[in-house]
Amino acid sequence: MTTEGRVAIRTRALTKVFRGFRAVDAVDLEVREGSVHALVGPNGAGKTTLFNLLTGFLSPTSGTITVFDEDVTGEPPERVARRGVARSFQITSLFDTLTSREHVELALQGHGRQGFRFWRSEKLLGRHRDRVDDLITQVGLMPLADKQAGLLAYGQKRALELALVLALDPPVMLLDEPTAGMGIEDVDRTIALIRRLAAGRTVVFVDHNMHVVGSLADRVTVLQQGRILAEGDYDEVRTDERVITAYLGEADHA
Amino acid sequence: MTVITEAPADAPAPARTPALRWILPAAGLTAALALPWLVYPPVALDIVALALFAIALDLLLGYTGLLSFGHAAFWGSSAYVTGLIATHYGVPFPLAVLGGAVFAMILALPIGYVSVRRSGIYFAMVTLAFAQMVYFIGYQWSDLTGGENGLQGVPRSFFGIEPVETNSFYFYYAALPILLCGMAAAWRIVHSPFGRVLVSIRDNTPRARALGYDVDRYKTIAFVLSAGLTGLAGGVFAISHGFVALTELHWTTSGDVVLMTVLGGIGTLWGGIVGAFLTVMLADQLASSGFHGIDLITGSVFILVVLLFRRGVWGTVRHQWQRRGSARRP
Repeated sequence: MTTEGRVAIRTRALTKVFRGFRAVDAVDLEVREGSVHALVGPNGAGKTTLFNLLTGFLSPTSGTITVFDEDVTGEPPERVARRGVARSFQITSLFDTLTSREHVELALQGHGRQGFRFWRSEKLLGRHRDRVDDLITQVGLMPLADKQAGLLAYGQKRALELALVLALDPPVMLLDEPTAGMGIEDVDRTIALIRRLAAGRTVVFVDHNMHVVGSLADRVTVLQQGRILAEGDYDEVRTDERVITAYLGEADHA
Repeated sequence: MTVITEAPADAPAPARTPALRWILPAAGLTAALALPWLVYPPVALDIVALALFAIALDLLLGYTGLLSFGHAAFWGSSAYVTGLIATHYGVPFPLAVLGGAVFAMILALPIGYVSVRRSGIYFAMVTLAFAQMVYFIGYQWSDLTGGENGLQGVPRSFFGIEPVETNSFYFYYAALPILLCGMAAAWRIVHSPFGRVLVSIRDNTPRARALGYDVDRYKTIAFVLSAGLTGLAGGVFAISHGFVALTELHWTTSGDVVLMTVLGGIGTLWGGIVGAFLTVMLADQLASSGFHGIDLITGSVFILVVLLFRRGVWGTVRHQWQRRGSARRP
């Protein structure tokens, strides 16, 4: 079970400035181990920038990031990933010429040093077969396992995104809009899937869909203009005056 | 991703038919063995050596998404080192070639390490700049390289087996295994766990990083491996000609091999063979007919092929084959 009190991710005065524009401004974020933590906020609030900072795709202008009390500030993405912080992407980000099966194999071999074996046959990857089948089944892609990702439908690509993150078996998962662009049935299926995956892990996710946030999040952080506007559980945040004001005029967050 | 190295969306054939699997290599081997009967043996060797050169380049261009515009540095430096080893130590030529290839890899390590930090046109320009530096060294260090005169009189020693040492027909068969090994190595690399990572880097670099892959390291290793295979080809080329010209280090050599690779088809590996064959045969036919505007004709052919067959010759053939194959399957 989760150890109450440990902090999975902590940022201190985290700031990212793009040519004078403070996209993330002195953010102190604390994500407890084992929690499901949602980041919400209007467009341009800095959610994706914050994600990119947490996963090393951007270096902060100032401030620090720790993962389980180890300083990871300024580390490149592959190092952060190897620490067990796996992310998905807001815009579906796959390898178009590889099949679903090959995607998962690729994610699995990333753990070890097999990737450098240029003198071995790729059949070597067959050893992951059971695990690959298991992961592909979990996200419901089994009938399409040998289809190239570039040919999958949108919802299927999103499912494969999740399978990739899951394959890394990460203690910490960062999901950037996991339900973006999905139809209603797919959203509910994805919520159920994430809830199952979240067991024993720490999850941070960004989503505009308040139904998703309400069903999944133990804790919600509201960002606005790069700053933390409010934080609490879903009901606290939903009724917060400042949050209501911030969202006013942005009615289309269905 | 990069602009100039767009990945062909149909690159690897997921389900290969057994026929393709065996008939194709068998046909290729037969063609390689028959070649010196059909064309002048030194020309035959040029074709196979340049084919390996193009395949080595495709390892980067087609499978890693990096357009190197400086591979003359590895081709040429290996040619010089092979020539120098053969001249000064009189060892059997395969050993000299191996020495050249190892040198090319050692040279590629720092060049690759620096270059892979950029992609697209910047990568191409950094590799070009390095190659120009190597060219300059080859030009200036004339005590060693012969400068503009090139390295003359490179001996062809092969365990005292007279026919191989003096007759280019037999030499072809002695040198062919080295080049075929190089091609087999390229195939193995592409179809290894490492090759899978390269393709993922080509398709989507940030995603590969998010999966924990140290992308720069993979690219550097691919660069060094590509340079090693290039070095094998360049070394055999030098021994075959018994002479190393400064042109081998010139940037036009880097350009020619890019043309051959594109002509055959990027990301097809074997396309390099087609590209080298067409280029060398065309140049040879035109030259023996006394025509002087060779580059005019080869240039026109290149433009036509790229306009008509975007995937290159081999890439187009393979694409048609796969479409027929998938049309037959339910």
